Order: sequence, then structure tokens, then C-alpha cells
Amino acid sequence: MLEIKNLHAAIGEKPILRGIDLTVPNGEVHAIMGPNGSGKSTLSYVLSGREDFTVTAGTVLFDGQDLLAMAPEARAQAGLFLAFQAPVELPGVGNANFLRTALNAIRRARGQAELDAAQFLKLARAEAKRLQMPDDMLKRNVNVGFSGGEKKRNEVLQMTMLQPSLAILDETDSGLDIDALKIVGDGVNALRSDKFSALVITHHQRLLDHIVPDAVHVLAHGRIVRSGGADLARALEAQGYAQVIAEAA
Amino acid sequence: MNAASSADGFLARYDGLTRRLPGDTQRRNEAADMLRRVGLPTRREEAWKYTSLTPLSEAQFHEPLTEAAGFGTDIDIPDLSGLKDLPRLVFSQGRFNEAQSALPAHATVRGFAQMADFGVLARPDREPMVALNTMLAEDGAIIDVAAGTDAGTMLLVSAGRDIHGTPIAFHPRHAITLAAGARLTIIEIAGGVGQYLHNPVTEIVLGENAKLTHVRLQNESQAAFHLATLYADIADNAAYDCFTLSIGGRIARTEVHARLHGTGGHVALNAAQLLRGTQHSDFTTIVSHDAPGCTSRQTVKHVLAGRARGVFQGKIEVARLAQKTDGYQMNQALLLSPDAEIDCKPQLEIYADDVKCSHGATVGELDGDQLFYLASRGIPQAEARAILVRAFLGEALDMVANDAARAMLDRVIDAWWQEAA
Repeated sequence: MLEIKNLHAAIGEKPILRGIDLTVPNGEVHAIMGPNGSGKSTLSYVLSGREDFTVTAGTVLFDGQDLLAMAPEARAQAGLFLAFQAPVELPGVGNANFLRTALNAIRRARGQAELDAAQFLKLARAEAKRLQMPDDMLKRNVNVGFSGGEKKRNEVLQMTMLQPSLAILDETDSGLDIDALKIVGDGVNALRSDKFSALVITHHQRLLDHIVPDAVHVLAHGRIVRSGGADLARALEAQGYAQVIAEAA
Repeated sequence: MNAASSADGFLARYDGLTRRLPGDTQRRNEAADMLRRVGLPTRREEAWKYTSLTPLSEAQFHEPLTEAAGFGTDIDIPDLSGLKDLPRLVFSQGRFNEAQSALPAHATVRGFAQMADFGVLARPDREPMVALNTMLAEDGAIIDVAAGTDAGTMLLVSAGRDIHGTPIAFHPRHAITLAAGARLTIIEIAGGVGQYLHNPVTEIVLGENAKLTHVRLQNESQAAFHLATLYADIADNAAYDCFTLSIGGRIARTEVHARLHGTGGHVALNAAQLLRGTQHSDFTTIVSHDAPGCTSRQTVKHVLAGRARGVFQGKIEVARLAQKTDGYQMNQALLLSPDAEIDCKPQLEIYADDVKCSHGATVGELDGDQLFYLASRGIPQAEARAILVRAFLGEALDMVANDAARAMLDRVIDAWWQEAA
């Protein structure tokens, strides 16, 4: 369970988040929508521990723990996962090696036995196949030379391997064609259970056709200005942000 | 300290040892005269601008010849694990250690102590450290591979050690000669304990179509001085493929003079330097394209922590007749601390008009986006840094095609990280 209370954050002197209140109970998927510059990506970075942002007020509890006091790696070990809007390229680092190192770091932190190379590869190949990723994506360097869609799928592969209890998907749908969108949606849906929750950040309704949210929140100027059910996303798609935000004001 | 007095200790020892040293006294005397005149290199000389040998001239070294025999036969070089089955030449404090050696089946090996052939490539008249070596060289490996013979892989090991706290100096004189079409892989390992000076000179002569693969690990004691000079003469279509990992020593320098004098020759002088604390390591190369259609390649990577200092000086000379030369040089440094320092001096001297020569240099820190990406996947910081450093080094290490050598280098680098963590 994620409980965000009155969260304010800034880059340097510039405030970006201006008092976010949001609770995502276990088992639920919440969508966050909003225009460019509303603070959607900042929220995802602040939750995952990026140092470029300063939290100026507010609290975030993750399964009862003070999330903001934890190092980024500790947040991941505790079950948080961020699917990056722009996944980072790691030249010289093999994808399989990267994934195994991450998985074993998390397993170690959770007191589980590490996987050896053979055990890992069997698991990774099965997951990659489910996401319809070619085998050679495990052999290539992390995200290097990947198309936009391949990078996003690689994020989802990492998510399904690392088995988070809370996933933040930051515009994972951007750059995906219709078929890839369905594959990614299926990947997220396969994780859905009463122990998994997700925050899906998106511009568009179409990802939410595949991952049907329990709640939709509209973010504008660093605040949640409106919340509702899955139908709110459809209303946004039909009417545009301007009208919905104006109504909320 | 004036130029001459910096070499006084060595010159005094030479005076006492002259009659006991093997071979051509004339050559040794000339070298001594040169040293008397110019002394050890100082930073006033262009070639030594970034590397100071002041600590070396302050230490009082003894030469092993004068010591009682029998020390240092029980050396243990941990880097050798995994290479146990290979033939090897082991030198303890610069002297051939027969008990620890196993001669190769397809190469001829003789000792410098027995035949004392100084070779024709080394230039004691130009390089003071080579003059020092020429003056005091006691032993070394003289390796010959006959025409058309593939001599496989062998080890050349140097184990240094001070003697009951007294620093010693040794100046091995090696020669490696491959006749036409011959092939050899040499994995050279230098390690040791305590304070000493290891000042080897290696002369490499490659006949037409010969290929020498030379993987060098400089993993000397943290108190040691390692000053190696290599000369390679490369004939038509011959190839000298050299990789150096410099990770040990207090002050280290590898200076390679490679001359491509036959059409179609190839030389690769790749290196990685991993340094921390107050270590200093200098990789200096002079590649001379003296014939048309030759290629030279250099990828040099430095990882510098603490207050360590890395130096790369790379000179490429292309003679007027060396048309169609293809030269490439890349020097990259990763600074893990604000107090680490890299000095880089690329130099191209091109007298031919139809050549392709490129060089580049970068200096940077670990990338914040990459570190955050790794952390966001649960990977602890130290491990994340290690992954990115290994990725940075990978481009240079991938030049080492020999599996046993590559595995050894990987082990040494892993151990470095475990100590650093």
C-alpha cells in the first residue's frame, strides 16, 4: 500500500509537486493522467528516489515504511519498481547479466537464495518469450540499439522478473504500436493480484483499455485536481484536459 | 638534486660489479657514461614531463648479484592460478628460477646470464632507463621461435621482493625473436612483495608474417617501481598484438617503441590502468610507420580512484614513404574521485600525404543516470559502480582474445574491486 500525503517537491528553487495526496491500496491499479509539465514524471522520480529532486514537504509511506528515507536500491528491494519513460542505455553491460544482478540483489535483500546462471536463463527466456521478445535481446547490451518499443518491452521484462509489489509505469505506452501495447498490457495484467498494485502514468486512454484501472487521477500544476473511475479516462479522451481541469477549478 | 648525482647509487654499484656482470663490457661502459652524463630522467625532459622518478633516486637499491644466493625461490604469485599447465619462465628478483620454470616445447630459450646478447633495438644512448638496464642487466629470457612454428602459449613471470627490508633493483634483459611465419603468445606477469625496482628491457623482432600476442599484467607490490621499456620491430605482414593491464606498483611506466618497417604490418598497443591511493602509472607509446600499408591500433582506458594519477603519451610517426597508413588511437579516463588526475598527450607526426590517422581522448565520471537506473533495480551502489567500471574497461579488455589471459585479467580486476570496496 502506498500512502502519499501533502507531497511537495522541487528542482532547485522551482516547485513541481504542490501537495499531492494519493493512496493506492494493495491490489489496485491507479492511473495518473495529465498534460505535459503537470508533474507526472517528477512524481515517479521522487517515489523511486532520484536525487535531482528535493522533497520540501509531505510524507510517503510504502507498506508502512518511510519511503523518502530509503536509498533508491532499498526502495527497489522493498518492492518498488519504476518503468522508465526513457530507459537508460548501458553500453558494455549485457542485458542478461544486468537482469540477473538485479534479480539476485533483490532476492538477497529479501532473504531468498540467488539464482545461478542456468536457473536464471531458463526463467528469463520464458518471460521474454511471453513478451514476444527475440532471444537476442538478452544477449545485447542493455537498451543499446533498442528501438523505442524494444526499450519499453525490456522495462516490462525487468518488471515481470523482479516481481515488485508496486510498479510505477511512466508513459510505458509511448512509442508502442497497437500490438506491443496489448503485449505490455497483458504483461502487467499477469502480475495483478491482491499483493500487487500499480501507478500507471499515461497521456492516453488506449493503454487503459488493456490495463483497466480501479481509479483515475488527473494531475495539473503539481496537484491532483480530479479523481474518478475508469470512465474518467474516457471523458478526458473525449473532452480534453483543459475542460476537465477547468471544471475542477 | 643535479642530473648526475641521481644515478650515483647505481653507478657506484656498477663500479663494484663490472667484472662479475656477463657479456660486452664496452656496451655497459658506454651506458654508464651516458648515465653519468644525464642521470635518471627528470620532469624537465619532455618524455618524462608527467612522471617523476624523484622517489626512485631517493631509495638506496642493492643489486641482487651481490646478495647471498638462495633467496626468493619459493615465490607465490596468486595471479598464476588457472594457468598452471602452461610452460613458463620464472624470474625471481630478475634471475632465472629454474626450479619454478617449465620450458616450452616449441620455442628455444636461453638465458641472458649465459649468452648476454644485448640485441640491436634498444637505445641506451637515448633512454636513461635503458642505459641503466644495459649497465646492470644480469639475466633475462632469450626466446626464439623457428620459421613457420606455432609455439603456443607460455608465461614469463617476474617475482620481486626486497631482501630483509633492503630494497633491491633488477634489470632483466629479454629478447623475443619470431622467424618468418612463427607464432607465439606470451602472458607476462610481474608481481612481488615489498620495495624494489623492476626495470626490464624487452627487444622483440618479428619476421615476415610472424605473430606475437603479448598480454602483460603489471601487478607489482604497492611499494615497487616498475619501469619497463619494450622495443618491437615488425616486418612485412607481421603482427604484434600487445595488451597491458597496469594495476600495481607505486610508480609504474611502460614505454613501447614499435616500428613497422615492412608492408602490411600491424601493431596493437592496448592498455588498461586501474589505480588508487597515490599510485602513478604512465603508458607511453611511440609507433613508427616506416613502411606503406601498415595499421596501428590503440585503445587505452584508465580508471583512477583516490589521488591516483594516470598518464598516456601516444606518439604516431608516419614517414614520407608510409602511404596508406591506417592509425587509430583512443584514450579514455574515468575519474572515480575529484582528486584523481589524468594527463594525456597524443602526438601525430605525419609526413606522408595519403594516410588515415585518428585519435581521441575523453575524461569523465560515472554517469548519474546510469547509476540511478542500476539503483532503481535494487543493485547496491558499490556493485553498480563496479558494473559501470567493468563496462568502461570492457572495450579495452575485449581486445584480449586469449581465454586464459582474459580470465586472469578478470580475476585480478575482481580482486581489485573487492579490496577497493
